Amino acid sequence: MSVTHDARVQIHKPASTGQRPAVRGWPDINNPAAWVVAVILLIMPLIANGFFLIEIFATTLILGTIALSLMFLAGYGGMVSLMQLTIAGFAAYMVAVFGVSGNANISLGWPWWLAVPMALALATIFGTLGGALAVRTEGIYTIMITLAIGAAFYYFTNQNWAIFNGHTGINTVATPHFWGVNWRSDIPFYYIVLAVAALCYFAVDYISRAPFGLALQGVRDNPRRMAALGFNVNAHRVAAYAVASFIAGLAGVLQVWNYRQISPGSVSVGACIDVLIIAVVGGITRPIGPYIGALVFVLLRTFALDFLVKIGLDGNRFRLLIGLGFLAIVFWSSDGVIGLWQRWCQGRRPTANRPAGGHGHG
Amino acid sequence: MTRFVERHPAWALIVIIAVAVALWLIFAVWPPALEETIGRKRVFLNALFNGITLGGLYFLVASGFTLIFGLMRNVNLAHGSLYLFGGYVGYAISASTGSWILSFIVAFFMTALVGVLLQVLVFRRMEGQDLRQTMVTIGLSIVFADLMLWACGGDFYQIQTPNWLIGPIELPLITAVKSSGEPVYLRYPLVRLVIFLASVIIGIAMWLALNRTRIGMIIRAGVDDRDILAATGVRIQIVFVLVFALGAGLAGIAGVVGGTFQSLSPGEDIRFLLASLVVVIVGGMGSIPGAALGALIIGLAEQLGSVYIPTYAIVVTFLIMVLVLALRPQGLLARR
Repeated sequence: MSVTHDARVQIHKPASTGQRPAVRGWPDINNPAAWVVAVILLIMPLIANGFFLIEIFATTLILGTIALSLMFLAGYGGMVSLMQLTIAGFAAYMVAVFGVSGNANISLGWPWWLAVPMALALATIFGTLGGALAVRTEGIYTIMITLAIGAAFYYFTNQNWAIFNGHTGINTVATPHFWGVNWRSDIPFYYIVLAVAALCYFAVDYISRAPFGLALQGVRDNPRRMAALGFNVNAHRVAAYAVASFIAGLAGVLQVWNYRQISPGSVSVGACIDVLIIAVVGGITRPIGPYIGALVFVLLRTFALDFLVKIGLDGNRFRLLIGLGFLAIVFWSSDGVIGLWQRWCQGRRPTANRPAGGHGHG
Repeated sequence: MTRFVERHPAWALIVIIAVAVALWLIFAVWPPALEETIGRKRVFLNALFNGITLGGLYFLVASGFTLIFGLMRNVNLAHGSLYLFGGYVGYAISASTGSWILSFIVAFFMTALVGVLLQVLVFRRMEGQDLRQTMVTIGLSIVFADLMLWACGGDFYQIQTPNWLIGPIELPLITAVKSSGEPVYLRYPLVRLVIFLASVIIGIAMWLALNRTRIGMIIRAGVDDRDILAATGVRIQIVFVLVFALGAGLAGIAGVVGGTFQSLSPGEDIRFLLASLVVVIVGGMGSIPGAALGALIIGLAEQLGSVYIPTYAIVVTFLIMVLVLALRPQGLLARR
């Protein structure tokens, strides 16, 4: 019936039944592709230089984590929320406001180990409140309400000078410095980002098998029946928003450390929609999708200009390319690149009855 | 009306008092103490009129949005793009022919044509898949925004107001009394009043068309249950195309209006998409009177907010939405 609807039919049966006996939380332990990817990600600093390491891979992992929070809500909860970037941006603003930055009149100058938990807590509260509003309605209404929340936050940051410093935003945000390491220099920062992304990935993967995640998927598939079974449907949905907000908040903290500044441009409506595009292009059926989508998006964003110029077109038409790609994915593959990959695998194996849950999971 | 008073006496009292206060604020000459606390009456009246006329513009955009949603359950997130497209078409026509009226007609038909194409080529293929349709409209809005940026650039355009509408008009509302005892009347731009009247007329015409004609009856039946309607032999696809064309055309007209008393630039599409979202969330999805009420509330909140609490004008709009969602999630005037 819908994108998320299609998703549940294909993937979650194996996830909840066939795979459960496997070691919980380590689903890919016997998948060679996953090991290869993990090793490549770990030794990335040996392969890639600063530009690729930060601008491509670290950015991919950060954007992927924001999109992961959307995937968690949409894939397991059936709630497409367009405010995940707003939550990340809120966390980023809070780091800048509570921590140290170039705008001394705004920033409170707390050390990072106080500012970050504060930012995460506030972002989680913000996202949970937004979610509590959004769960009062269903389906497409959720999209509209979360989009309205995101847009309101964008215009608010533009207008408010006391906390958010208007449209100039907050610049030269300090990054952590301890144990004699500058954690914003390329290689340590890459490992921080990788660690957080991996943590979020496995956390989402674990939650999807935990009782809470299973109940959430039940709520997505049939809220009435779950209510009849005694589950509090809205509480599960709000809790899902809380989890997703925390993940988005983590990514937001990394984002502000990455760019060292935050401004309304980073939380614009277009950027909110970009997160949806990333998640849908990658596939919102499983946690790896958002990262694939983010990689595609970042590569396109970085190289589309050169590529378009090279084939004799106007390089500024990058968003057109993104939009058309998104349309194509929505038209032909309801679960993104993962879906295409699965169908291709299925096509190769004549015994295809259902795509195996463990395949291509890494 | 009487039923409402009987069922909610407290609310009715609050509404009556609010209306009385508002009427007094509009018609009375303000005592000096009041002017000292909240500023000149002229400022208040101007903000009020700006809010009402802005509400008229919002109604034009949101009514098409809510009509399309009501019948087809299609959240057309490309509605803002249709608005901007109509505005650009109107600008091109008015700049080349100099006729303001003609720009409305052409903008209506061009955006209606785009709407028909969208319905026939895109949405008909994925009927009943709400979320997928919404995703497609997001993709389309990105593509349209970039195409329009390509064609028109990032400049600001303003559609020329025709000569017979330029200039202010004096309204029989006293803003202040001079020391000589001579009253000072409010002067207000004529074009905004004309546009507001036009949107009221369009609104009434739509209401009449929906409630008094055969096609309106079919549309209302479709809003209630489109499967049964199709089963009774109505050619529902043609109704869909018509409604989509009308909704899109209204967005196009709104684009010309917006281009006349504000300006057109990339980013306006998102602004008006957001405005129509908030308006229909407040007023109730799929309800034309709801869109009118929501547009009035949001327009007033935005303008009065930007005069009296400038930093938080957006937050006021947002708070209204939150309040409505908290108290009446289906919107103020939705039937459910």
